[in-house]
Amino acid sequence: MTALLKRPSRGTAAGTGSTALDLALRFRALGLLIALAVLVAATAAVNPRFLGLQSVQDMLFAAAITVLLASGMTVVVLTRGIDLSVGSVLGLSAYLTASLLSETGAPVVLALLAGLAIGAACGAANGAIIHFGKVPPLVATLGTLYIVRGLVYFAAGGSRVNASDLPRGFLDFGNGSVLGVPYLFLISLAVLVAVAVFLAGTRAGRDLYALGSNPEGARLVGVRAGRRLMTAYVLCGALAGLGGVLHAARFGTVDASAGHGLELTVVAAVVVGGVAIFGGSGTVLGAGLGALLLAVINNALPVLRIDQFWQQAIVGALILAAIALDRLVGLRAARALRRKGSHVD
Amino acid sequence: MSTETLTARLRDSAAVRHLATWDAAIIAATIAFLVVAAQTVEHFGTARNAGYIILDLAPILLLALAMTLIVTTGEIDLSVASTVGLTSAAMGVMWNSGIPLETIMPLAVVLGALLGAVNGLFITGFGLPSLAVTIGTLALYRGLSYVLLGDTAVADWPRAFTGWVLGTIGETQVPNVLIPLAALAAVVAVVLHATTVGRAVYAAGANPIAAAYAGVPVRRLKFWLYVASGAMAGLCGVFWTLRYSSARADNAFGLELTVVAVVLLGGVSIFGGKGALPGVLAAVVLLTALQNALRLAHVSTEALTVVTGSLLIAAVLAPNTASAIRGALRHRQRRTV
Amino acid sequence: MSRKRILRLTTPLLAAALLAACGGTTQGDEDEGGGAGTGATADPDADFQTGLSVAMLPKSVNNPYFESSSAGAESVVTGLEGTFEYTGPSDASASSQVSYIDTLSQQATDVILLSANDPNALCSSLEQARGAGTVVVTFDSDVDPGCRDLFVSQVDGAEVGRALLEMTAEQIGGSGQIAVLSATANATNQNAWIAVMEEELESNPDYADIELVDVVYGDDEDEKSFSETQGLLQAHPDLSAIVSPTTVGIAAAARYLSGSQYQGEVALTGLGTPNQMREYIEDGTVTEFALWDPTALGELAAWTGAAAASGIITGAEGETFTAGELGEYTVGADGVVTLGPPTRFNADNIDDYDF
Repeated sequence: MTALLKRPSRGTAAGTGSTALDLALRFRALGLLIALAVLVAATAAVNPRFLGLQSVQDMLFAAAITVLLASGMTVVVLTRGIDLSVGSVLGLSAYLTASLLSETGAPVVLALLAGLAIGAACGAANGAIIHFGKVPPLVATLGTLYIVRGLVYFAAGGSRVNASDLPRGFLDFGNGSVLGVPYLFLISLAVLVAVAVFLAGTRAGRDLYALGSNPEGARLVGVRAGRRLMTAYVLCGALAGLGGVLHAARFGTVDASAGHGLELTVVAAVVVGGVAIFGGSGTVLGAGLGALLLAVINNALPVLRIDQFWQQAIVGALILAAIALDRLVGLRAARALRRKGSHVD
Repeated sequence: MSTETLTARLRDSAAVRHLATWDAAIIAATIAFLVVAAQTVEHFGTARNAGYIILDLAPILLLALAMTLIVTTGEIDLSVASTVGLTSAAMGVMWNSGIPLETIMPLAVVLGALLGAVNGLFITGFGLPSLAVTIGTLALYRGLSYVLLGDTAVADWPRAFTGWVLGTIGETQVPNVLIPLAALAAVVAVVLHATTVGRAVYAAGANPIAAAYAGVPVRRLKFWLYVASGAMAGLCGVFWTLRYSSARADNAFGLELTVVAVVLLGGVSIFGGKGALPGVLAAVVLLTALQNALRLAHVSTEALTVVTGSLLIAAVLAPNTASAIRGALRHRQRRTV
Repeated sequence: MSRKRILRLTTPLLAAALLAACGGTTQGDEDEGGGAGTGATADPDADFQTGLSVAMLPKSVNNPYFESSSAGAESVVTGLEGTFEYTGPSDASASSQVSYIDTLSQQATDVILLSANDPNALCSSLEQARGAGTVVVTFDSDVDPGCRDLFVSQVDGAEVGRALLEMTAEQIGGSGQIAVLSATANATNQNAWIAVMEEELESNPDYADIELVDVVYGDDEDEKSFSETQGLLQAHPDLSAIVSPTTVGIAAAARYLSGSQYQGEVALTGLGTPNQMREYIEDGTVTEFALWDPTALGELAAWTGAAAASGIITGAEGETFTAGELGEYTVGADGVVTLGPPTRFNADNIDDYDF
């Protein structure tokens, strides 16, 4: 929020050539993997069925949509932005595509495209308000959170699309799997890889890191901020729209409240996954692992017979721990850099 | 440079003058809306309805008072509604264990202050971004309130207290709660606009580094603002519990968004350093009265959701656009000269 | 400088809270006796008034169940030449319902038909409304009996509990582990039904081999119910049946079962709407479930409200009135009017219903 709180930049996913920084980043992904492994092992020790095919499939199903949305959110957060409207956009896309399907019986591919388009339109609106209107992302997307949810209420009213209204093929797609891996998770995984390649391997992607770590500097060296910001928000919106279609396919029942409050989970996944909330640092892989961790916790609690009421408190504690850890690692890395600098001198 | 000269400069700056117009605009819009609604919406302009509006705006106002100060320093506190929920849940637990309500109420405010202190510690002590910290405590505090009360409700609050919260002063239609609300608003207004603390708040928001050089203890100031915000949320928890005669873990769920919306709508800049309390007060009244009028006019709540969102964006967009147009005009003038 | 001043700022807060003190008030100090009786006398021979203004306030407006009830109530009200309004919050919270009750009482609505989100939080608002002459009839979900005139219950609680257990026993052959997927932990209806089931399991020798192993709560949220079902099946490998006495829960559980390895292995029954469950009856996930007709519930609520507003009944036990085609109803203890036994739906009859 203020200059005081600007964290020391920790370089980018593409690597800065500094081993200390790379280690710090890799350590994060490793730390998440270890946390995941410990959690899974502990839960499986209590109830071996936790590692059964059905259970693992359930977790992948649960993680799929969060992973997808977290990929989009990462791109936005890297630019020092945030998109709080993802839950509402998911709801709008889920309801509209579900009613489209129930009325016309359109093929699955068309539904996916429609969802992407609805989401991209919402994302473009966000991007335009933020870039051209110079409205801070937090305010702009808080506003569209309300507006888009209002649109869903208008569209849906008290009606609901039931599973029996949807084409069989669409529901099979939502609940089907290949070799035990749900289609939905495969889609999320493919999106995650694509976004990772985009961020690390393309000019546009690296511009986003530049914009996030030093907006003025990035502009001075010729980064076209407007175009890049639009790209980020359209991408995030489109993925939320796609998430809406997957939600409809998975749950079958869609009413006006679909995706309500989801933004919190997605932001939590991204933050836990090590993406700095003030931009410029973090990877989409980390965010994906963060989303997976949250999904596993969700599924582990009932198995461990821990009161479900603890779930939200644990998520909150995780967010705090994650940002505190980031800060610590960041400070150490900065100190290490300074030390190295003095040796060269 | 002392704090005085710093703020004097701030006050003279174009940005602040610009803001004064937004402040005036939102107050004018609120008055205009109240007048028009009283003429056109049946039952709107009655004393009884005014009483309902005041009861409805009380929790938003309580939270917005502290939020105004925090946003003015360039920070944010998204955990306020969860703090309300947690203090309400804690009140329920304490009441069930036989503690007298007279002890519970101040304890709830103290608990709120402690929860605020946790935020303050993470933000000013460890130097973490307030947005991320308070999103974390938003989830944490709400989660803890569920841990305390689960899905149960504590409802047997004594009538003497719930009746007072809902009651009016003597034979008049003036709600009892109006007095403490007005007093608190006045205190915050005086602190923000007429004391060194207030000037420090603006200075810390406008330029924290300059403020620190000018001798403003920025970190300590922010820490205590979070404590105050927590205490206000605790007080709001007391109000909420007694008004609805119900301590529940989901009390005030989602209210933080409304609070942030009114603060920004009231003309406080999300970047800090700019804003004034009268605008925020007007925004609180406007939003609550608008909701009330729409219900009376049989308009669906969906419309309200869209209106709130649009107003929020417009609150920031309008001054930006205005200054852009003004800039363009000045540019053209200069060219023609 | 700041610490002192901020302390000074927070001290009045504490003082304000302390000011209200006038000696320790603890739980149980007050023994309130809210009474339903208004002292008015009923005139069983009076005619239904025409031109009544009736408002239905559901738990939330985005719920097909209440849309059905609203349709039923509206047909009755228009039949009596009255005006009908269906209004309410989009989130199912008690605090937003309070604002709607305040608005309705200001508009001097004759009858409010309410499904409450909290049994106590609405009371003071309802009292004000009733003070101004509005008749308050709750349906589907009750408030404290002292705060309303009448409650139209969908079914007799004991009957639902027994019906649920009967269906379960039939489907699992009278023995095995069962679990309950309920709404929220403080949902009045569900808890009463579960209590009846527990009692029956204890006392009825027919159910000696059935064991209730777990009760979980899906909070009437689709996704939560879905993952709670998942958790149940993992935690209890030998589970024979899930009973979900809530429409949201049973639909979510059915969807989970139909896409999992447990389909056909684990029985599912409970309360659900035919439209939501049709698919799962067809694919064999579910054999039989039950529910009352929400449209009829809405109709009865409207008739009850109109009868009370017309002075035909006051809410005292033993009063009778005729609810149009639904027939004659008698007011029970605590001002409760009961719709009737639940309807069971299975492959044979499900296509006869559309709600």
